Amino acid sequence: MDWVNAIVQGVLIGGLYALFAAGLSLIFGVMRLVNIAHGDMIVAAAYLALVIVQATGLHPLASALLVVPLMALIGYAMQRVLLNPTIGKDLLSPLLVTFGISVILQNGLLVAFTADSRRLAAGSIETASIQLAPGLSLGVLPLLMFAASVLIIFGMELVFFRTSLGRAFRATSDDPEVAQLMNLNRNHVFGMAMALSAAVVAIAGIFLAIRTNFDPASGPARLIFGFEAVIIGGLGNLWGTLAGGVVLGVAQAVGAQISPGWQILAGHLVFFLVLGLRPRGLFPRMD
Amino acid sequence: MAQAYSIERSTRASRITAIVALLALAALAAAPWWAGRADLRLLGEVYSFVALATLWNLLAGYAGLVSVGQQAYVGFGGYALFALAMFLGVHPLLAIVLAGIAGALIAIPVAPLLFRLQGAYFAIGTWVLAEVFRLGFAQVSSLGGGSGISLPAGVVAGIAASRPLREMLVYWVALAIAVAAIGFVVLLLRSRIGLALTALRDSELASESLGIDIWRTKLLVYVGVAGLTSMTGAFIFLQKLRVSPDAAFSVNDWTAYVIFIAVIGGIGTIEGPIVGTVIFFLLRETLADLGTTYLMILGAVAILVMLRAPQGLWGWFAARTGLTLVPVRRRVVFSDQSK
Repeated sequence: MDWVNAIVQGVLIGGLYALFAAGLSLIFGVMRLVNIAHGDMIVAAAYLALVIVQATGLHPLASALLVVPLMALIGYAMQRVLLNPTIGKDLLSPLLVTFGISVILQNGLLVAFTADSRRLAAGSIETASIQLAPGLSLGVLPLLMFAASVLIIFGMELVFFRTSLGRAFRATSDDPEVAQLMNLNRNHVFGMAMALSAAVVAIAGIFLAIRTNFDPASGPARLIFGFEAVIIGGLGNLWGTLAGGVVLGVAQAVGAQISPGWQILAGHLVFFLVLGLRPRGLFPRMD
Repeated sequence: MAQAYSIERSTRASRITAIVALLALAALAAAPWWAGRADLRLLGEVYSFVALATLWNLLAGYAGLVSVGQQAYVGFGGYALFALAMFLGVHPLLAIVLAGIAGALIAIPVAPLLFRLQGAYFAIGTWVLAEVFRLGFAQVSSLGGGSGISLPAGVVAGIAASRPLREMLVYWVALAIAVAAIGFVVLLLRSRIGLALTALRDSELASESLGIDIWRTKLLVYVGVAGLTSMTGAFIFLQKLRVSPDAAFSVNDWTAYVIFIAVIGGIGTIEGPIVGTVIFFLLRETLADLGTTYLMILGAVAILVMLRAPQGLWGWFAARTGLTLVPVRRRVVFSDQSK
């Protein structure tokens, strides 16, 4: 039963990994940029939620009402001021600028909040669970987060394929120059993409803060989990990314079941295994 | 009217540089006689950063392989040195060379996997590799597991009979590694592979149609850099005398600093990483008590350089003066204009 339990928990945390991945994937899809600061933005959002909860006494989940718009605003500004000037020239500049942002965010959080690990208490919902079978129960909170992750990914698909903003994203992704000729402001479109990504990051940060301990150095691991979910699932396919997150979550849970030291390592090894056997991911988009 | 021309690489500045560089090298090689013990240690550290930045620059600036995971090889080299010296009784200085070879060998199966990641995703892939190494070495209990291990005093004493002699040898090894790294990059860039890299940088498609094997060229560069980075790592941890997973595979120490050095000095130039390292150490010696803030300042300066002067300090300087100190570029010289 331990094993079944581990796999179920792995599936549920996979939703959170997919959420880490979704924003990353969106940015790469629209502007071919890999945001190395993505994980640190998730952690920064977690701290933002912590500050807001402490200051206002809001429930952590309700803090999203403030954290999401704030993060979106920060994302938009960051894109316009720091990233847009570097995009389109080569691969190196935007990558290194996001790397610089990552280092600054990490050390800024360290100065502001110390290296102590923190957590957001979500009250009684944290311990609530549904018993499926003797020895196998599902936490209400992980279940809720998984459902929310699926909903958010569904929402992102809707934005991408059903709205004029999504049309602008796709047009700019296909051919930035022609899109510009069609009167799309490239800088604004990129800014909006980063804003949307940062909004998803905000939710991911709040969930992270409720689910686990976090500290200023937790960012890179979140970036890597999101990245692995993207590659395992297959580029450009958000539902594939969800599957990738689940595969990663299960791999980690099974690894942890073998030995605690193997939890994260098992996830990385599955990632390399998929890269070796199916370099385009498990569910590549039809091209 | 046809003009007589020849292809030249060296310039007057580069010939003067060669002489100055040799003199400087001789002076640095003599450092054990004019510098104190602490200075020698500091210089050793400077040399290791010159080597790391030069090698990273070859990957990112010339081969288009932007890695944020070179700490994988720094740490691997460090652990390889400890394992070779402690378990097999290899002389530590020989172990540095063997660690380099081991690093290159391990890069051969790793590279094809990482090369499957397109563009910028390659960067994060290299990071995952470093994490695999870190978590993997933390599982090896004979090497101290997660908490690390110190080099036994007997091994250290085995380097040379007396302490001054030992420090001298270690210093020379560091200098040799830095010279080897720079020499490797310069020779590589002057060879056919260097031409292939330049062509690749300009257009992968066009160079492939001219018969350049992109994959093999990149593999060669990646493996060579991995080997030399492992050697540098082996030296670094021989000087530190202690290795632990978190120190060996630290992204801040072995990648963030190195990237900032290369960016500030100038990516895609031979001189840039050297200039960057000198600036880095000057700043560090004056801002040392700032701690974490120092890293933030460096990050901010690097972003600013990327936005305002992406060619870095040296690139900016070279563009204004037309100065090329290290002859890796070929220039067409028309004979009736050369006078």
